[in-house]
Amino acid sequence: MKELEYPFDSDYLFKNGRKLKKQLLSEGGPFIDKRIAILGGSTTSAVKDMLELFLLNFGIKPFFYESEYNKYFEVGMFENPELKEFKPDLIYIHTTSRNIDVFPKAADDKETARKLQEDVFFKFKALWESIFDKYGCAIIQNNFEPPMYRLLGNSDCVYPGGAVNFINGINAMFADYAYTHKDLYIHDINYEASCYGLNKWTDLSYWYMYKYAMTLSAIPECSYGVARIIKSIYGKNKKALSLDLDNTLWGGVIGDDGPENIEVGQETPMAQSYSEFQSYLKRHAEIGVILAVNSKNNDDVARKGFERPDSVLKLDDFAAFYANWDNKDLNLKRTAESLTLLPESFVFVDDNPVERGLVAGNVSGVAVPEMDGVENYIKILDRSGFFEVTALSKDDAERAKMYRENAIRSNEMAKYEDYDSYLKSLEMKAEIGAFVPEYLDRIAQLTNKSNQFNLTTWRLTRSEIEKMAADREYVTLYGKLADKFGDNGVVSVVIAKVNGDTADILLWLMSCRVLKRDMEFAMMGELVKKLKALGVKRITAHYYPTAKNAMVKDFYALHGFVKEEEDEAGNALWAIDVDQYNEKKHNIAINV
Amino acid sequence: MTREEILAKINEIFRDLFDDDSITVNDATVASDVDGWDSLMHITIIGTIEAEFGIKFPMKDIVGMKNVGQLVDKISELSK
Repeated sequence: MKELEYPFDSDYLFKNGRKLKKQLLSEGGPFIDKRIAILGGSTTSAVKDMLELFLLNFGIKPFFYESEYNKYFEVGMFENPELKEFKPDLIYIHTTSRNIDVFPKAADDKETARKLQEDVFFKFKALWESIFDKYGCAIIQNNFEPPMYRLLGNSDCVYPGGAVNFINGINAMFADYAYTHKDLYIHDINYEASCYGLNKWTDLSYWYMYKYAMTLSAIPECSYGVARIIKSIYGKNKKALSLDLDNTLWGGVIGDDGPENIEVGQETPMAQSYSEFQSYLKRHAEIGVILAVNSKNNDDVARKGFERPDSVLKLDDFAAFYANWDNKDLNLKRTAESLTLLPESFVFVDDNPVERGLVAGNVSGVAVPEMDGVENYIKILDRSGFFEVTALSKDDAERAKMYRENAIRSNEMAKYEDYDSYLKSLEMKAEIGAFVPEYLDRIAQLTNKSNQFNLTTWRLTRSEIEKMAADREYVTLYGKLADKFGDNGVVSVVIAKVNGDTADILLWLMSCRVLKRDMEFAMMGELVKKLKALGVKRITAHYYPTAKNAMVKDFYALHGFVKEEEDEAGNALWAIDVDQYNEKKHNIAINV
Repeated sequence: MTREEILAKINEIFRDLFDDDSITVNDATVASDVDGWDSLMHITIIGTIEAEFGIKFPMKDIVGMKNVGQLVDKISELSK
């Protein structure tokens, strides 16, 4: 919904909140349900209302628990039957600089101030650890915004007794903890308050009268920041950018002006701005975002724009290149198909409102930010948070490369008469085994991002996965696949629960990056081998339909399972006797 | 803006905020007359009125306001 996309109008959202909620509930969806507890150090009512709107717009239907005013610490630290009963999926701790109990005195030395910082930090650390222990769920924690006044003026950021220096230090402690504890996510209100403008953010009348820690119209900014983190955790991030060329990646029209006359490089202010935008896009490869060209141009002419020596983006930065005279919605769908991504995983970037309207109208779920003025491009994309990072694995930096390798594989495929000889020629090697610590981040990421080849769409946090990996009742498997063109990294995850001589497959997913390579046959073969060794005689499995996983509806039939039950919604139970299982033929060498 | 115009605009704001087209407020309306006008909604009402009229109430005025009539007076004074 346009109203809930950056840059939103806070006053409009407050005024029309109820109407928008009704509309989202009736027109939006399908939704995933999430139970979110908000523990507040100040009033949280409006924070919750706005968070609800943004989450609904991201396809997440929240159910809330709200602590009493300023009882965040007590609620999280001590036994709380009400919260226990609520069974939170996630706890958001909405605290601000108002909740720092002690500040140093102006002339305090470094050691004294450090001691006080630790007091603040350890109080929060105890709270987080109590929550992990009692509820085993992820936490989103605000850091602290800058103080509203500076007794020491500019020296406030230098002296240990300065509030600015003090808060910066605590924020660094929070960040260090979050970096090593993957289920604690920092919501950076320090940055948000700066963006919004600290003077406006800290409107004291809202604190004195209503105990809101920020001015009312800053609350949507705060809630949007939290919603960005939540939608990222639950796999609702965008994955790719579909990019127009003329007046988007460079100034001018390459077909009319010629590649030598488009504006890019360092010669003019316009050229510099396009170059900086290109650098911003290029850096997205570091976080695994895929770039694709979607342009109305002749292909050979369009490519010349990237052959200029001063072009920051080069042809091999793109995983797909569609420059032709077809409609852009069609090109976007083609791009998605060629990359085995969903069209809704794309952000369409185009300076032309007509093209944007066409794509927004014909590709459901695609993000279409209003790109207005090259000097605003970076800000619009960045503040929208399409690719909010909550887990970053080494794999991410490799992703763009992997998609390019896939393009090479497709070309290779054309050389073979039958598919089987093509698969043989790939010289595929898989590493399949029980979860190991070095892959837990990637495994957690896959459980939260995979939508299409995912039988039960069971979203898991890293700590839940860690627990299962250590629990003997669970059999876990990850699968890595490499071939002569490159390594795809961890692409498949399976979790089964063993109960006596039966086993139940609770999770089965695979990245669409490796569709049609028979990796699933290799995984099933290994799983059955493992279960057999544990004395399992019968295996059950589930398919829960979602809007996106129709491709695996009959997945288990392929392996010889029989459908035992199916309800009206399509939720199905499959089963097979281990004796009846015959491993399907594949061309993958396992663990060699 | 006349008092009547201000009151009409306030009425419209109330209808939007409560998503209820049957609401009608007058000078004598107090919080307890409107279903759902609690202390939290009050904050949103004040914030929305400030945004719609492009004004900012001094804190002492908000604390002292007793009914919609006084709200209208204050808006009329601030938007001069």
